Amino acid sequence: MNLRVVCLLGSLFGLLGVNSSYSEDRFITLASTTSTENSGLFDHLLPVFTKESGIEVRVVAVGTGKAIRMAQTGDADVLLVHHRASEEVFVEEGYGVERFDVMYNDFVIVGPDGDPASIATKSNVSEALQAIAENAVIFASRGDDSGTHKKELSLWDSAGIDSSKRDSSWYRETGAGMGATLNVASGINSYTLTDRATWLKFANKGALKILLEGEPPLFNQYGVIKVNPERHPHIKHADGQVLIDWLISERGQSLINDYQIVGEQGFFANAGK
Amino acid sequence: MQINTYIAGFLLIYIAKLVKYMYRITFMNDSASSFQTALQLVTSGNPELVEIVALSLKVSLSAVVFASLLGMPVGALMAMRSFPGRAALITLFNSLMGLPPVVLGLVVYLLLSRAGPLGEYGLLFTPEAMILAQTLLVLPIIIALTRQALSDLHVEYAEHFHSLRLSMRAEAFALLWEGRYALLTTLLAGFGRASAEVGAVMIVGGNINHVTRVMTTSIAMETSRGDFTLALALGIVLVSIVILINAMVSVVQMRERRHQ
Repeated sequence: MNLRVVCLLGSLFGLLGVNSSYSEDRFITLASTTSTENSGLFDHLLPVFTKESGIEVRVVAVGTGKAIRMAQTGDADVLLVHHRASEEVFVEEGYGVERFDVMYNDFVIVGPDGDPASIATKSNVSEALQAIAENAVIFASRGDDSGTHKKELSLWDSAGIDSSKRDSSWYRETGAGMGATLNVASGINSYTLTDRATWLKFANKGALKILLEGEPPLFNQYGVIKVNPERHPHIKHADGQVLIDWLISERGQSLINDYQIVGEQGFFANAGK
Repeated sequence: MQINTYIAGFLLIYIAKLVKYMYRITFMNDSASSFQTALQLVTSGNPELVEIVALSLKVSLSAVVFASLLGMPVGALMAMRSFPGRAALITLFNSLMGLPPVVLGLVVYLLLSRAGPLGEYGLLFTPEAMILAQTLLVLPIIIALTRQALSDLHVEYAEHFHSLRLSMRAEAFALLWEGRYALLTTLLAGFGRASAEVGAVMIVGGNINHVTRVMTTSIAMETSRGDFTLALALGIVLVSIVILINAMVSVVQMRERRHQ
């Protein structure tokens, strides 16, 4: 009888011993955004980098705001985000060493097929947002201090619609990542701002489609920064630098350009331009 | 009486609708149903799935083992002895059974962050951090349920123990041994809570591919990518594993009862 208990426990402990990760000894932690992870770009790039350099990259995908705070407390070695103003402050305050452009894509405004606020006919982003606000059509906002959220807030500000005018009857903050917010928008048929790569990869579009795109304010630049080893001596700055050099090298840049999502280019490399 | 019949009728109709809907999305999806996807994932021995399942089991089972090593002796002591503040402690552990995992995750994150008191060990975003968080999550359950299971048993054996003049430690071990089959249920409750939670492991683990990605965080991630078929397929795999482990323990318990 007891033998069986022993066997059962033994098999459970056997499971504990399973070496479940084929992780390398050399690794760095990259704090990045939900948009880069949800778009699948890292699954395309990082295995190649690891193979060529022997350095494993552990990606923690959170909003740009949280990624920057993670880097500030020294919980990441490299930061790859998309909100230039915050990135420059991060470097100026001495948390980061130097900021490099890596790539860009653009934001698009998606919404229900019927386009109740007729934003597709508007000539620029501000007019489109004003139409959404005037008609009080539901708009799903990230509300999570991410790069996309910061961009969205600056677009509302330029349209002259400050936070007091964004009534919760139509302006809904999800406080979640890009994919999760698209799920909400798809579920309640609302407008939302998304980066193009996440949108292309997103599998639950429902009745949503792109209604506004190609406007200059919708440009979306990604930058990469190494966390300052003078602030945090434990930072793996040498290996972090290898990743940054690789990303902005010809090799890394051409791999970024190669990444296709359902037949469309997801990101456009523009380092050193 | 009549109102109850109405309520029951409505409930039945809605449960039937729900079952029909779940059945449709699980088995009858146009391209590939979640159930088919789950079957394919399991039968193909998809290496990524194997890795994720193995890590989930490693984290949750380790947490249950550590929490039991710590919690069962404490639970046994609380069942055996009365001491000042015992009632308050019991209330505390009973309440902590309902602690939201995300709160615990945040506390462990702050402890392990480089800016936190344990930052120098660099444990954040590792499986060890996830085991620590789940151990703390499961500990109150183990303590509270062990105490409950052994309290009645202790009343039964108290005189016997007294006549044998056992030391407190020997008495605790004797009690734990006598209650071992009841304690299996305690372990299962702990494992259930650990394997089902996503809040704590997401925060302290970071859902890093090949390093800290477990079943529940992958389900959350696939859901946010809008890939509901794959998310539900992973859900089916998770539920099957939990059922399998519960069934194994039930078999042990039933056989033991027959032998007694």
